[in-house]
Amino acid sequence: MTDVVWLIPAFPLAGFLVLLLFGRRLGEPGAGYFGTAAIFASFLASVAVYVDLQGNPEDQRESASTLFSWVPVGALQVDMALLADPLTITMCLFITGISSMILLYSVGYMHGDSEFSKFFLYLCLFVLSMTVLVLGENLLVTFLGWEGVGTCSYFLIAFWHTRESAATAGKKAFVTNRVGDWGVMLAMFLCFSAVGSLSYTVLNNNAESGLLAESTATGIVMLLFVGAIGKSAQLPLYIWLPDAMEGPTPVSALIHAATMVTAGVFLMIRINPVLAASYDWVNPVIAWTGAITALFAASIAVAQNDIKKVLAYSTVSQLGYMFLAIGTGAYVAAIFHVITHAVFKALLFLGSGSVIHAMNDEQDMRKMGKLAKYLPITASTFIIGWLAIAGVPPFGGFWSKDEILLFALADGAVGLYIIALLTAVLTAFYMTRQVIMTFYGEQKWTSKAEEHGAHGDFKPHESPPIMTIPLIVLAVSAVIIGLIQLPSLAAVPDSIEHRLEDWLHVVTPAEADIAGSWADEHVVILIVIATLAALVGIAAGWLVYQRKRFKAIEPTILAGGWYYDRTITNFMGGPGRESFQAVSDFDSTVVDGAVGAVGVGVERSGKGLSRIQTGYVRQYAAVIGLGVVALLAWFIIRGVL
Amino acid sequence: MSDATFLEYLVFFSAAVMIIAGAIAVIAMRHPVHSALGLILTLFGVAVQFVAMEAHFLAAVQVIVYAGAIVVLFLFVLMLLGVDEATDLSIEPIKIQRPMAAVVSLGLVALVAAAVIRTRDALLINPGAGIDVASENGDHDANIRQLSESLFSDYVFAFQLTSVLLIVAVVGTVLLTRKWPRDKAGS
Amino acid sequence: MIAAIEPNWYLLLGAVLFGIGAFGLLVRRNPLVMFMCIELMLNAVTLTFVALATRLGDIGGQTAVLFVMVVAAAEVVVGLGIIVSILRGRPGATADDLVDLKG
Repeated sequence: MTDVVWLIPAFPLAGFLVLLLFGRRLGEPGAGYFGTAAIFASFLASVAVYVDLQGNPEDQRESASTLFSWVPVGALQVDMALLADPLTITMCLFITGISSMILLYSVGYMHGDSEFSKFFLYLCLFVLSMTVLVLGENLLVTFLGWEGVGTCSYFLIAFWHTRESAATAGKKAFVTNRVGDWGVMLAMFLCFSAVGSLSYTVLNNNAESGLLAESTATGIVMLLFVGAIGKSAQLPLYIWLPDAMEGPTPVSALIHAATMVTAGVFLMIRINPVLAASYDWVNPVIAWTGAITALFAASIAVAQNDIKKVLAYSTVSQLGYMFLAIGTGAYVAAIFHVITHAVFKALLFLGSGSVIHAMNDEQDMRKMGKLAKYLPITASTFIIGWLAIAGVPPFGGFWSKDEILLFALADGAVGLYIIALLTAVLTAFYMTRQVIMTFYGEQKWTSKAEEHGAHGDFKPHESPPIMTIPLIVLAVSAVIIGLIQLPSLAAVPDSIEHRLEDWLHVVTPAEADIAGSWADEHVVILIVIATLAALVGIAAGWLVYQRKRFKAIEPTILAGGWYYDRTITNFMGGPGRESFQAVSDFDSTVVDGAVGAVGVGVERSGKGLSRIQTGYVRQYAAVIGLGVVALLAWFIIRGVL
Repeated sequence: MSDATFLEYLVFFSAAVMIIAGAIAVIAMRHPVHSALGLILTLFGVAVQFVAMEAHFLAAVQVIVYAGAIVVLFLFVLMLLGVDEATDLSIEPIKIQRPMAAVVSLGLVALVAAAVIRTRDALLINPGAGIDVASENGDHDANIRQLSESLFSDYVFAFQLTSVLLIVAVVGTVLLTRKWPRDKAGS
Repeated sequence: MIAAIEPNWYLLLGAVLFGIGAFGLLVRRNPLVMFMCIELMLNAVTLTFVALATRLGDIGGQTAVLFVMVVAAAEVVVGLGIIVSILRGRPGATADDLVDLKG
């Protein structure tokens, strides 16, 4: 059945094409249901492939199917090939699963929008690109998907393109991603020149068997890391993600929480043997980048008032956790966190979308409050999401975060552990703040109609079932998702512990082995510490915002994102722009001037030469005569005559 | 060949003087008609040289065609156009022309002379059959017979083409010099 | 008897005549005088041809002279026709006044 792996991207492709041609005719809600059906079909195909792979013995769980030969140019032979192995199928499963939930939700959320079918068109294109990215058998196919998701991100962020802030945000996302893409391209060139192929199989085998030089491996890893930083919004290229909240909420949920931003994490895990073959300083660089980003973003989230911006910075922070995991060799933990984060972050975003919808497009949390009684389903699912992200057992987020902390400590980097723990506290704190400000606390909105642009008496209403069903499904998933990778505790039966790790074992040969370290011996203590951290954060949030025991400190520097974004804008607009202008001027004067000078030179020399055309026939005759004399002289001297 | 007799030297040098004098007259006389007369002198000198070299037919043709027809044509045109005033020879708009002309002419003379002198004793690569001379067997038509044999056997094709050439030249000239009837828009 | 004078003298004479003709062509400005200088050069050529025919013993040289004369006649006809048609419109013009090809 693994040869149906091509169906996984084929269904979204078919959906895209049909919506492209007939979207307008299908209209609302036909286009939406059609898109959802296409993505759900892709999900079923993923399940089929998963079941098949699972049935195989462990060392036969990798199957590549070549669709056609894409680039047959001499030494460079790149095929359009899809690789079905545990890692890719895991990614496909949650990508297509969560996507179908979000598409279903969008049918309700985008109700009444004039460009309804276009939205689903872009979403199908996005899922197509994402599956191609993940299923790619070589770097070039992955890059095709990589660029595709970047493009779709641009389309979708700027979906309401008549709004200037949205259009600008779309451009910012695309340009920042482009900086990362440069890294990926260079990595591809390096890989091809070192290994002779872009295929992961060849690259990873070379790395594992020691044929790849340390410097080359480092080069490839660092360049791909640059791409990952751009795509997965780490320092210093995270700036596009908060602005990307200009897009519709389902877009934020799908692209900027669950799928696209995880592409960078996926890429690093895909090449984990190369990571192991690189210099020793590479892993700490990745880990520290992730850790610092996590802390940085969490600190900013504390002071945000827009309901979506909190979640955006939270995403950046959680992505930092994933890179921290990669840097400490905890690839399985990283994937685990990718999956749990996708579930609860999508849930949180969709929930916030439900709130925004109920409050007539109001996004400022300072104008909400006490919504729990009007939006029961939204509130309860949101709370489940909150508990998951805060890291309260037994919800999904706790187990994955705990694994990451475990590996961080086992690696010996106590500093990383402390930063991660601190971030966990902050995460719990700001999420609690968000829940209280939105659903509990004081009611800051009134029933007066004018303030909300509605007619008649205003009362927040619960979302229709088409929007709440996905919320419920995701909430249930958030609860039970932890089951896929339980640590080895005495209380846990052997049959269900470490399932994800066993499943992914074959594709993560470079997984750090922590058996026998202090951390591994004292797993229970670490679990307790992690739980305490979450509870401390929640308690602090409750005390500050619900009980008002302490004054809320929200310094403007945090609200302004440590002024990082503003600094970049000023630099780019000021000295940056001047230097670019200088380069552009150089190009137009020197380079274009050189080219133009050739033309001008020809013209001038032609004009100069034309002065021998005096018009005097006798002069022409004299010159001819001179020529004859010269020729004769030459002949005679040469002895011809 | 035996040494030349005194008469032959005399003939040669007289004719040579005629030629050179006529040539200098052509280029140096202010009045164009004087130049034409100098041309006639040169043509006669060349005809004499032809006779000395036993090319009798050519000498005749030279006198009849060149001196008789071509120079007359020149004089006709001179009179027709009225360009017969004396011109000032010292005017020369192109400054460098005279030095260049001197270089060209002297160079040509020197080089050709050098070539001639160098090949003076060269072996003949492909000597021809020899030129029939009238006085050998009292055959006065020897030259013209040999010439016509060559003309009508080896070069008959070129001969036909020259007849075409002459017709073309005549027709062309008539067209060139014809005064076209002026139409209202001007010619 | 063929002329006892060595043909090389005739060749030298022809060279000198040719040089004089070339000089005149380049220096004189009256179109008709320039044409006459061309005729001088042609005559130098015919003289050379005949001298070489004598030296090489080949009648082809004299045949060539015949052709030269025919062509010279045709050329004079056409050339004078051109001069007539040009100078009819510009009386008193010299070769230097015909500068329409300048530039």
